[in-house]
Amino acid sequence: MILSVDGVSFAYPSNEVLHDVRCEVAAGELMAILGPNGAGKTTLLKCIDAILRPQGGAVRVEGRDVLRLSAGEIARQVGYVAQRTEVALSTVYDAVLLGRRPHIRWDAGEDDLRMVDAALRRLDLQPLALRPLDQLSGGELQKVAVARALVQEPRLLLLDEPTSWLDLRNQVAILDLIRRVVDEHEIAAVMTMHDLNTALSYADTVLLLKEGRVHAHGPGRAVDAATIEAVYGLPVVIHRVDGRPVVVPREGPSRGRPHRH
Amino acid sequence: MHFADGQIPVAYRRYLGRKRLAIAMGLVALAGLLVAAVGSGAVDLAAGDVVRSLLRRETPAQVEAIVWNIRLPQALTAIVAGAGLALSGAVMQAVLRNPLGSPFTLGVAQAAAFGAALAVMVLGGGAATSSGPAGTVMPGALTASAFTWSAISSLVIVLLARVRGTTPEVMVLAGVALGALFTAGTMFLQYFADDTQLAAMVFWTFGDTARASWGEVGLLAGATAAVWIVFQAGSWDYNAIDAGDETARSLGVAVGRVRWLGMLLAALLTAVIIAHLGVIGFVGLVAPHMARRIVGADHRFLLPATLVLGAILLLAADTVARLLLAPRVLPVSVLTAFLGAPAFLALILRRRRP
Repeated sequence: MILSVDGVSFAYPSNEVLHDVRCEVAAGELMAILGPNGAGKTTLLKCIDAILRPQGGAVRVEGRDVLRLSAGEIARQVGYVAQRTEVALSTVYDAVLLGRRPHIRWDAGEDDLRMVDAALRRLDLQPLALRPLDQLSGGELQKVAVARALVQEPRLLLLDEPTSWLDLRNQVAILDLIRRVVDEHEIAAVMTMHDLNTALSYADTVLLLKEGRVHAHGPGRAVDAATIEAVYGLPVVIHRVDGRPVVVPREGPSRGRPHRH
Repeated sequence: MHFADGQIPVAYRRYLGRKRLAIAMGLVALAGLLVAAVGSGAVDLAAGDVVRSLLRRETPAQVEAIVWNIRLPQALTAIVAGAGLALSGAVMQAVLRNPLGSPFTLGVAQAAAFGAALAVMVLGGGAATSSGPAGTVMPGALTASAFTWSAISSLVIVLLARVRGTTPEVMVLAGVALGALFTAGTMFLQYFADDTQLAAMVFWTFGDTARASWGEVGLLAGATAAVWIVFQAGSWDYNAIDAGDETARSLGVAVGRVRWLGMLLAALLTAVIIAHLGVIGFVGLVAPHMARRIVGADHRFLLPATLVLGAILLLAADTVARLLLAPRVLPVSVLTAFLGAPAFLALILRRRRP
């Protein structure tokens, strides 16, 4: 197991966010964390990367407790793509090169620069290499953040809503890439998601959180309408389109409302 | 995970080369400016004589005396102080993620002024002459007191931040509060001071590069160099903090520690400089912004560029201040205060550049 989350609990002074969360992710496995707003998805991701310190339980990466590792050791094992990327006054190339920081002692070497270039190619960012970040679209910025996490060469990749700023084409591009990297390099990846359909079609396993507790954890194909209804409090039906699950709310937009064109 | 197909783009190499070239050109400009600054004054010296004297070649005794006893110490003081103040400003702006960060954000200058005023009051030090340095009776005590109080001020802020969380907001607010407190303290002392003491207190606040002896130049240069090495080693950390606290943390940067350590070192370096020279404003705020426009925000290059630019700015301002109202010599702080504001406004109006 690359990642094992063992009874993690986290609370802010006045409210409990996570309660006894358990899950495991193996090499070559992509897990999606699903759940309504405020269920604790992002908090769980931050606890895994030791950005937040859980009050109870333990997070182990490759069998080692992350709270006992130094920040540098964690950074060589775990890559993290935050939900929002700050627009620093740097170029795309330099922003991605930052991902090599955990491996660099004094200054970047030839190998580091080559790796950045390769990551930029994979994400079609190469033409933008010397473009300043403040001239990028939200989607391009998101790709920069993913590229930065990839050059970090992590064993575990954490992504907080990796597709939330992207159009359909870029969503597919990013998720295809993540899927490919997970398969080819035998790493583990965990992503939080709002879009159930993308999550179910790309992830191997899902972790459904409800009010900070694990409601269900298992393979994506085992998720049924009743589970989703219980977690999100909304009646849904699951259709299959070309073999892929599509979750549709049972109560759609009311029909027969006059169109205002 | 390894990507075998990567190459190092030529354009990126050229992009880095341009930054190195800009810094090298800055150094050349600084050297030229140094010769010009040492050559000009009440007695103008030929550039050739100045260069020969600086290289310790045979020159007339008079040239030798003017260069080595009068002008060179002052010019080097301006270079070192400009470099140190600018460097502190660049790091403050980086760790606070605030373009208004400067060595004075933490109330360092106000605390130093209070310390000097207190020394004048308690020790009765400070004979104010219109031309000589303030506190000629006990310059050492003034300097020590000014440094001690600014160090106390920055330590209090760092401790507060450690207790309350090292966020930029906490640090900036604490700095503003302490700055106001020390200003109040200085006003209190000034109200009870007699004429001579009051003059000494006020005179001290006019930052002046003519105050430093050769020994003090060495001290300031040593402090600036030592702090620069620490900052330069942290340039990747500052770049990471630019990308956001969370991203920095996920890249293995101990954000809190980088933040308070950067603040403390920048504040102490500033304190050393202004304790010896008096308050010199705006270099620390303006130089990093100008450097950012030339070499970009990458701290690997921004820090050396800021260092060189700060030195150029203060040496140029100091030279102009000496010549402007000759034979009357203005303290450089009066000029930087005047030039700083329009320079800063011009920077804001121009387009930003990566």
